[in-house]
Amino acid sequence: MSSKIATTGNAGPKVRSDCEIIMELTAGGGIRIDLSSKVKALYGDSIIDLCKSILKFYKIKDASLKINDSGALPFVIAARLEAAIRILVRSDLEYLPEMLKENIYPTTPERRRFSRLYIPGNTPGMMINAGLHSADGIILDLEDSVAPGKKDEARFLVRNALRQIGFNGAERMVRINQGDQGLTDLDYVIPHNVNLILLPKCESVEQVIKVESKIQKILSKNKIANPVYIMPIIESAIGVENSFAISKSSEKVVALAIGLEDYTADLGVPRTAEGNESFYARTRIIVAAKAAGIQPIDSVFSDVADMEALRQNVLKSKALGFVGMGCIHPRQVPVINEGFVPDESEIEKSKMIVSAFEDARSKGLGVVALGSKMIDPPVVARALKTIELAISLGMLSGKWRDEMQAGDN
Amino acid sequence: MSVRTVINAAGRSVPVEINGQKAVPFKGVGKYRPQGGKYSPPIPTCNDYPADGNKVVKSLKEALRKCGLRDGMTISTHHHLRDGDLISNKVFELASEMGMKDLVWFPSASFPCNDPVIRYLEDGTINRIEGSMNGPLGRFVSEGRMKGTAVLRSHGGRVQAIQDGEVKIDIAVLAAPSCDMFGNAKGTGGNSSCGVLGYAKADSMYASSVIVVTDSLVDFPCYPMEIEGNYVDYVVVVDKIGIPEKIVSGTTQVTKSPDRLLIAELTASFLEKSGILKDGVTMQAGAGGTSLAIAVFVDEILKKKGWKSKFGFGGSTKYMVKMLEEGRMGYILDAQAFDLDAVRSVENNPNHIPYSVFNAYNFHSKGNLTSMMDIMILGATEIDLNFNGNIVTHSDGYLLHGIGGWQNCLHARNVILPVPLFRDRIPVIVDEVTTLCGPGELIDVIITERGIAINPLRKDLIKSLKGSGLPIRTIKELKDEAERICGKPKKAEFEDKIVAAIKWVDGTVIDVVRKIKAK
Repeated sequence: MSSKIATTGNAGPKVRSDCEIIMELTAGGGIRIDLSSKVKALYGDSIIDLCKSILKFYKIKDASLKINDSGALPFVIAARLEAAIRILVRSDLEYLPEMLKENIYPTTPERRRFSRLYIPGNTPGMMINAGLHSADGIILDLEDSVAPGKKDEARFLVRNALRQIGFNGAERMVRINQGDQGLTDLDYVIPHNVNLILLPKCESVEQVIKVESKIQKILSKNKIANPVYIMPIIESAIGVENSFAISKSSEKVVALAIGLEDYTADLGVPRTAEGNESFYARTRIIVAAKAAGIQPIDSVFSDVADMEALRQNVLKSKALGFVGMGCIHPRQVPVINEGFVPDESEIEKSKMIVSAFEDARSKGLGVVALGSKMIDPPVVARALKTIELAISLGMLSGKWRDEMQAGDN
Repeated sequence: MSVRTVINAAGRSVPVEINGQKAVPFKGVGKYRPQGGKYSPPIPTCNDYPADGNKVVKSLKEALRKCGLRDGMTISTHHHLRDGDLISNKVFELASEMGMKDLVWFPSASFPCNDPVIRYLEDGTINRIEGSMNGPLGRFVSEGRMKGTAVLRSHGGRVQAIQDGEVKIDIAVLAAPSCDMFGNAKGTGGNSSCGVLGYAKADSMYASSVIVVTDSLVDFPCYPMEIEGNYVDYVVVVDKIGIPEKIVSGTTQVTKSPDRLLIAELTASFLEKSGILKDGVTMQAGAGGTSLAIAVFVDEILKKKGWKSKFGFGGSTKYMVKMLEEGRMGYILDAQAFDLDAVRSVENNPNHIPYSVFNAYNFHSKGNLTSMMDIMILGATEIDLNFNGNIVTHSDGYLLHGIGGWQNCLHARNVILPVPLFRDRIPVIVDEVTTLCGPGELIDVIITERGIAINPLRKDLIKSLKGSGLPIRTIKELKDEAERICGKPKKAEFEDKIVAAIKWVDGTVIDVVRKIKAK
């Protein structure tokens, strides 16, 4: 028997909604639990019961636990304890909290992806209300926001969060680590109805294929029908060069994102507000994604206090051709969502164009004209896209043409 | 010996006697009408005071002695110096030195800086506190270690108790940022400016003896006279009455928490869509981060619509001052200034008007400012399925908060409680509140990050919000969601001993707090 001590989770005066577990396997004496918690009067018994049932599940009869709790929810306590147990005991068992029924839904390749909110994968306090901020996607991040020493315990937490946190219809995303660590991450998250995997520092087709085939293996083993899509993140010069091939590497690749912090570091230049240093990369990504028929998605904006600068950034990004952006703070979500929404003059103009197009078609005319101006087919196509988007956002009634004609009479 | 208890109109078991004094059980909102005259303090004669008007004595100890301090007396203080108060503790330090026993401390509120009085509760100098208690003081009381029974009153209820003689103040020790030799005093000037002295007015008028303590003795007359010298017996000059940076926060701040901001946004949107927010609206919001965010969002709506608030009732903050200065608020009526901008404004702006709780909240006044207000934003530690609210105890049963103006404010037209559904796993919406402080019939709307519950009594609001797109849910649905996420909490366990009585605004006993069960 090992006399190792396993410590998982977080404690301290600033920590909330988390707990620290210090566990030791003992030679006898049964299960001893020393709980200090500010919610002890209300939940002390249920915390101890939960820990005992997990230990029983792993057939551990003798152990001492020290729990420093700061209001952690049950799925967090379970993840922390399981992470500690797995440091001390070799096992493939998984203690799974209940999967919320409302968390099981598929998404589609062309789904709207204006905003995707990053949630650090080892910070439970930020997970609990992540679904309330109207982001199109929620990313539980196992990569850069998790310290290297905390990768293992974060997997248990992210897995439990996928089952227990209400996502409110947002696309359920996980950003995995690079390389083999990322492939291991997949084992923990794919069986729990993930909609999309973000693949960081993607430089080659092979990386995508490796991740995709591992995902397929896990899906078929678990008999899961809902597809899992992939969003590679391009963060290097070589990645930019290979961006079209990466976009076309698999039908599961539905969007291509750019990560500018690492990209500018790779170039050896500072990232500026104007972004001249990344202009080529951004437009190249957009062209590659559009050529492959997938969504180009912009990098995050790192100044969380400056909403006006973010707004300007979103407008610039939209004008270049991006159709979405990452968010590192919930308050960025509404600004980004509003920024990518077509504005009223855009919708009005599109309505005129589509009406003229429909009129011409019903009259059997080959040429569409608005006033004295001829309208080319691509302009009509773009207007149709805007109308479709406006309807899907509830900005325009599906019967807008009838209403327009009624208005004319 | 345990006292006889009865079940009051709210269904709570309450004693008929507290600290040897007869107590009236809560009879229902607006049901209690005491008879008789107001209490009056002993009649003074001006001949007994210095002809030259100079009432300055050399020390607080001398003043206390001259006031005839003796065992069992009731000493009052105000809380305008907030967490920077250096005077309240000093009073009991001196009383202890003088060998006093069984005093009653009757503060308008206490702060963490008052924790040292625990020593005087332990050594018998103080029998009990009748006022708010939180932190270590709340713990001390909840563990049954205070000799007498605590009595918690609202700000208005405190004035009521003074006016109808339920509490007879023997000596009021009133710290004042500026004071003249005659005892005229105000809340501004000097190094310890707190803005206004609205909570000290009743004490000055009804106490048998009044001592004003200042660190800034100004030439006669000190004006405007928030405390009038003709009520004052002695003036004491000390080096410092308070620690300036703890009296007012340099600046009050809007919350940065995305979840709290979401609640604030939802609240502003609710106010707009319900039609409660309108041109000429009157409102009060506190100085907490969420309330400030609501004030900011509401201000944005006013700006967008070109509307103006007729007046706002303070505690004032820089956000209200901004509205006043930019013309979107007609007046600030103010009982306390929370930050430096508010202090500056009350000193300089004639439309920023000191307004005592005497005028605003008092049960024995001929009218009530709060019932004239459209919007009242309040907090709560717990709210139950009947919309009853708790503001004084934590779900674990410990006293943690005073009532403040909370109960008085419940009389506004629209009482709105923006609260998180749970705080660090502890649900805010529960089956039944641990301690009843406010009857549900007065609480209109609960706004959480996961939905809005409207009191079924407010059929008008329910109707006006149909089809608004707001997440309207029943309070039961909110409670169930909290319990699904957090688990069902165990109820706190108590012993029989009553450690504190909770008074309703009219002086009746609405509930009690019992001793936490020893482990």
